[in-house]
Amino acid sequence: MGETKQLSVSAIKNGTVIDHIPADTLFSVINILGLENISNQITFGTNLESKKFGKKGIIKVEGIYFSEKEINKIALVAPAARLNIIRDYEVVEKHQLTIPDEIEGIVKCFNPACITNHEPVTTRFRIVSKDPLRLKCHYCEKITDEEHLTII
Amino acid sequence: MNSLKNKSLVSINDFSPREIESILETAARFEKDPPGRLLSGRVIAALFFEPSTRTRLSFESAVKRLDGQIIGFAEAGSSSVSKGESLKDTIRTVSNYSDLIVMRHSIEGSARYASEISPVPIINAGDGANQHPTQTLLDLYSIKKTQGTLDGLNIFMVGDLKYGRTVHSLLIALSNYNTTFNFISPAELRMPDEYKIILDKKGLKYYEHDDFTEIISRADIVYMTRVQRERFSDPLEYEKVKNIYVLRNEMLENTKENLRILHPLPRVNEIEPEVDENPKAYYFEQALNGVFVRQAIITSILDLI
Ligand SMILES: [Zn+2]
Repeated sequence: MGETKQLSVSAIKNGTVIDHIPADTLFSVINILGLENISNQITFGTNLESKKFGKKGIIKVEGIYFSEKEINKIALVAPAARLNIIRDYEVVEKHQLTIPDEIEGIVKCFNPACITNHEPVTTRFRIVSKDPLRLKCHYCEKITDEEHLTII
Repeated sequence: MNSLKNKSLVSINDFSPREIESILETAARFEKDPPGRLLSGRVIAALFFEPSTRTRLSFESAVKRLDGQIIGFAEAGSSSVSKGESLKDTIRTVSNYSDLIVMRHSIEGSARYASEISPVPIINAGDGANQHPTQTLLDLYSIKKTQGTLDGLNIFMVGDLKYGRTVHSLLIALSNYNTTFNFISPAELRMPDEYKIILDKKGLKYYEHDDFTEIISRADIVYMTRVQRERFSDPLEYEKVKNIYVLRNEMLENTKENLRILHPLPRVNEIEPEVDENPKAYYFEQALNGVFVRQAIITSILDLI
């Protein structure tokens, strides 16, 4: 357990650690994963020093293993995030995130004339490009790009 | 097997090239040999949340000439929508009264949403700046009818190529054929990159120009659209270009015999009235073609052909 010295948040026994989250999107990630509704023990760290990001965030969730589909949702706001699966204090798996081909509900369509901004319709997008990120709305067929991306 | 049965027509992308061909063939058959009372006993709802007299009359004529009944409203003000009813409730209710719903709405994506909640098929008659697929199909029909083919044509699109949804949908549809495109527009109203990317991916040729007097002799089809003053951030820019995109008879002098001029109508001043009598002017016939094409779409979806 040598790393406990570097990390100012405590280690977990079993569960998931999401690391390398850009500090400014940490709360979006919490929101997307619906962590506010979970009663498990969760530790958040933010504005931690990182060589890569300047400031990074980290989330440790005790006792939960996310499905790949669920976790890939956060790839939109934290594409470089790393997922570590912890069992008995050991990292047993590491995952890189991949942006899914379709996303539902997470992102707001930037087109003010879109039906999703007028009636209670769940947004749906097809990813037409991952880098740069371009999402095509299933309804109005307009492209929402990285610059206009808003998380619901 | 009729793959169009019970299918909604929301976007031109919903129909495969084979399905599009089938509609064009049916429309040609109906034009040559009117099919009589094919829609007898059927009720079509026409919900025009946003007024469009031209499109609505074309649908009404299409339905009534086949002895179908048409119900609905011509503008939202005269319906329960003005009392604040949601689109969802309107569609759910009207679908009880009709076999098919034709709808026009200013909100983009409204027809797609309606197609997901309606038990009867939806035909999109325009959703804001997004899609107007029956217009695209009648454009294709007009091109095929006048040229004998959709393959290997040189298509000129003129005017507002940035905001013009008709040219965007037509481009998508024609990208399934070996089409060469010439885009003629002021710099501010160029064809958006996303459409050029589609052509690049399909290996189709396209050229951009500011003016078309020099090159119009190569065109098989000239598709005119209106250049609107409001689209320009600088009014002086508009004054500079407004006359470049007006079609006059003298411009048609050395053009191909098979050239036809199309326009989605209504026209304002982008085609001089003198062109109307030119045998190459085709925009009024194009509007008539809309009736056959809409008949073909409705009867295909209702599986009556
Ligand atoms: Zn949208």
